[in-house]
Amino acid sequence: MTSTMDSRIVAVNGPLVTVEIVKAQEVMMNEVAYVLWNRVPLKSEVIRIRGRLVDMQVFESTVGLKVGDRVDFAGSLLSATLGPGMLGQIYDGLQNPLSELDNDQGYFLRRGQYISSLNQEKRWEFTPSVKTGDTVKAGYYLGSVPEGIFKHHIIVPLALQGTWEVVDLIGQGSYTVTDRIATLKNHEGLEVPVTMAQPWPVKLPVKAYKERLLPNRQLLTQCRLIDIFFPLAEGGTACIPGPFGAGKTVLQQIVSRYAEADIVIIVACGERAGEVVETIRELPLLEDPQTGKSLMDRTVIICNTSSMPVAAREASIYTGVTLGEYYRQIGLKVLLLADSTSRWAQALRESSARMEEIPGEEAFPAYLESRLAALYERAGMVRLYNDSTGSLTLIGNVSPAGGNFEEPVTQNTLKVVGAFYGLSRSRSDQRRYPAIDPLISWSLYLKQMRGSLGERHPEWVSWVEEAQNLFIQGNEIHQMMLVVGEEGIGIEDLVTYLKAEMVDTVCLQQDSYDTVDRATDRDRQISDFTLLIRMVHYRFNFETKREARQRMTHLQNLFFQMKYCQFQGEAYQKYRIEIESILVKG
Amino acid sequence: MIIEYTRITQIQGDIISVVASGIQYSELAVVKSRMRTSLAQVIRLRGDEVFLQVFAGTRGVATGDQVRFLGHPMRVPFGDALLGRIFNGSGDPIDGGPELKALPRLDIGGPSVNPVMRVIPRGFIETRVPMIDVFNPLVESQKLPIFAAAGEPYNKLLARIGMRANADVVILGGIGLKYDEYLKFRRAFEEAGVLPRTIMFVHTASDPVVERLLVPDLALAVAEQFGVNGKRVLVLLTDMTAFADAMKEIAISMDQVPSNLGYPGSLYSDLASRYEKAVDFEGAGSITILAVTTMPGDDVTHPVPDNTGYITEGQFYLRKGVIEPFGSLSRLKQLVIGKVTRLDHGHIMNSMIRLFAKSREVEQKLAMGFDRTADDERYLRYGTLFYDRFMDMKVDMGLNEALDLGWYTLAECFHPDEVGIKQELIDKHWPRG
Ligand SMILES: Nc1ncnc2c1ncn2[C@@H]1O[C@H](COP(=O)(O)OP(=O)(O)OP(=O)(O)O)[C@@H](O)[C@H]1O
Ligand SMILES: [Mg+2]
Repeated sequence: MTSTMDSRIVAVNGPLVTVEIVKAQEVMMNEVAYVLWNRVPLKSEVIRIRGRLVDMQVFESTVGLKVGDRVDFAGSLLSATLGPGMLGQIYDGLQNPLSELDNDQGYFLRRGQYISSLNQEKRWEFTPSVKTGDTVKAGYYLGSVPEGIFKHHIIVPLALQGTWEVVDLIGQGSYTVTDRIATLKNHEGLEVPVTMAQPWPVKLPVKAYKERLLPNRQLLTQCRLIDIFFPLAEGGTACIPGPFGAGKTVLQQIVSRYAEADIVIIVACGERAGEVVETIRELPLLEDPQTGKSLMDRTVIICNTSSMPVAAREASIYTGVTLGEYYRQIGLKVLLLADSTSRWAQALRESSARMEEIPGEEAFPAYLESRLAALYERAGMVRLYNDSTGSLTLIGNVSPAGGNFEEPVTQNTLKVVGAFYGLSRSRSDQRRYPAIDPLISWSLYLKQMRGSLGERHPEWVSWVEEAQNLFIQGNEIHQMMLVVGEEGIGIEDLVTYLKAEMVDTVCLQQDSYDTVDRATDRDRQISDFTLLIRMVHYRFNFETKREARQRMTHLQNLFFQMKYCQFQGEAYQKYRIEIESILVKG
Repeated sequence: MIIEYTRITQIQGDIISVVASGIQYSELAVVKSRMRTSLAQVIRLRGDEVFLQVFAGTRGVATGDQVRFLGHPMRVPFGDALLGRIFNGSGDPIDGGPELKALPRLDIGGPSVNPVMRVIPRGFIETRVPMIDVFNPLVESQKLPIFAAAGEPYNKLLARIGMRANADVVILGGIGLKYDEYLKFRRAFEEAGVLPRTIMFVHTASDPVVERLLVPDLALAVAEQFGVNGKRVLVLLTDMTAFADAMKEIAISMDQVPSNLGYPGSLYSDLASRYEKAVDFEGAGSITILAVTTMPGDDVTHPVPDNTGYITEGQFYLRKGVIEPFGSLSRLKQLVIGKVTRLDHGHIMNSMIRLFAKSREVEQKLAMGFDRTADDERYLRYGTLFYDRFMDMKVDMGLNEALDLGWYTLAECFHPDEVGIKQELIDKHWPRG
């Protein structure tokens, strides 16, 4: 029965399986192998090699595996398949299309079902853009197919090294992703066939571009707190740490809908299935204001929710980033949202503990920091070989244990990101949503993009800094008031405090569930913030604190009502005129 | 094929190991010792060493005892015959009723639901507890914990919701439940006439600790099958902290490196795989989970409530006998507020909470000895009314009645300018005169 010619399981510990390989067999780190469970192959990945003992994380439940069960090595690294047909898909962490799994599996996810990531039958209208005899290298375009509103360039396989000559190229026509569209040949005479689909090992960054550029163009999210106070750059990185229930997921959902990106990749990593369902069910019904098409047409969802196997959770973020890098190679503006990177880090921790590695802080492995850094490094704005640009922007949610930002995942993330949106429990308890705390958050891009933000208004960045100072002052005065009471502070201070409260209420706070307020475009941001800053600059003259409170409350209510009105509509204008008249006479 | 072994090589905590071959990971075994017979589950394979956790504990287990492997994982009988029945933590009837040998069996801890087969929940479950209905409505298929310090009346609240909620099947999973509490649940359900649609899996405080581990899985496997069969199921679990503590004991016996306060690094995933059984199936029934999580030292940042909060769809804080408005949260509320419930619901909810926060602030300020202003008076008055009319657990009121009372209370204390509500709603609802 047991042949000595096969690699066999020698230990099972949760999702970690130890395999004894046959002599002379070569194994690669991160190589894929299939563990045979009653003839059903379960996908797994090599994560440690010690002599003939190989540790593997199995991407499925290991219930029922036995010592002595056979393991087949695939000879390739864990890879994603890239090509036309990914948009609108809902994949699991290993890029299996979930909606196809349901056709034959019913309500539950059975083990060992692997379906090709791209539809093999669908035909794409291919137009070549090179000719035979041309010299190309990895990342060059061979032609394109239309996919939705995009021109999906067909890329010379990213894994090819050196330069290649196009020796054969198919003519314009409609083909499937398995049809050969070209043949390339290198100096050594090696010939490779090329299809529209190509694999890429998910844990390696794609680097087929001319150069990386400094992110200096804003990526508009339509969330005022972000866009005005802590702007995000195209190709930049940001993290959203916050205690449970503070609003990380809602914020990402909003950003996924209204951000001005070409492609949005949502990685639901170890979080609730219910949240993904909302996205899956609602996105197709929402219209992308930029294109008039369904929002789903620009979205890819990668979903490994918390009850799905832990090892595949670790893979899911890499799968997402790889897809993002691929679209960036096509010259698109890609936004990747990962919820939550802490679950990914925990998956690392679980496998590290099972391998009995020496634990670091809070039992996370010592390599947590470098893995996190390497992950965020894959974002960026690049200049491609044809001189156009592409970008991959990455926003990761962080779920710190106990809501305490001092823990390892938050701290190591803060070292590598360009913007920090820290959600605070006190703001979310007061339902000041989005609960990004302006007193602790920061964005390196505010200064980095000074130039392009100056197009909004020459004074823009200094206004923003002024408002940020106002929050600090307002908070100090508020703290003081808690100690000495309102009687203990001067009327000037009271007015400063009320101004800070007003900016908070009518600008920072944004109602995600209101059809108008949930998204604010660039023009409205400029117009409304310019008016608001006039209020901040205005020197009010109040006789008594009581009068100050009353008149400021009235003014705040006007701003508040205005933000719920359609931009430049009749009601909006009415409120605006009234506010302006107050800011003239006080 | 059933294989028997009689050489236990190691006993540590509630884990034993035997030398055996051909054993499946996670399969079940029966350990027969002089004192008793217990189920055990394979939790690790290493060469020919097999490690098992013994559900009844290892006290009295001898090295020569017999271990019989069953070749399958833990199972539970399933069928309508379960309704009205009471089982212990290993799934055996304890109500004196007939055995259920003839019923088909389900594997517990089955695979997760394909997310694309879930639908967005839309069912509002009215509890007639205003702190829930108005401020944090419960939605069908939601998973919600009740966070409470020891000594709070959490089981009473759980029973009250269990009796009122309009579910086809109610499943109670008692984990380390005091015997008295079990009797109280039973009596409450009997009196409310819901016993015939109730199934109880009860592990009491005097039962072996490791047996606790099975209760949520038994309860949820049964719930899941009823759900697939089109039933709307409500699962009540109490207390999930006792469940997590059992997991901690096993991890420590296995020499696992703890991540936090002795709990294993997999605590999040272990809890999530249970809570994620809450679901609204496309074209079938649903499972709603309400689970008590006691907070050791009344500390939410303790690993069990903390991890739970990251998994569930909100939480209710029970403190000093009332549901706290701050921190309590139903994350699915927006699916029903203003959609299934009245249009003004969301606005009233936000505004009342904001003002209540303000009144607490005023209270604190006054406690520090500051003068009262006329404004303070109004906030204090509002705070008192809010407590008496909404928070007090004695209040028993439907949602619409509570919303009307909300408007009325605002108008009693404030000017429309101060409440931060859209003008059109003020025009419509603000009580006049
Ligand atoms: N912008 C918002 N507007 C209105 N309500 C919000 C907003 N953000 C969050 N909320 C409320 O807070 C709840 C929790 O938000 P969310 O699910 O985003 O939290 P989270 O930080 O992702 O928590 P977890 O870490 O547990 O996943 C929401 O269900 C909603 O009720
Ligand atoms: Mg979340």
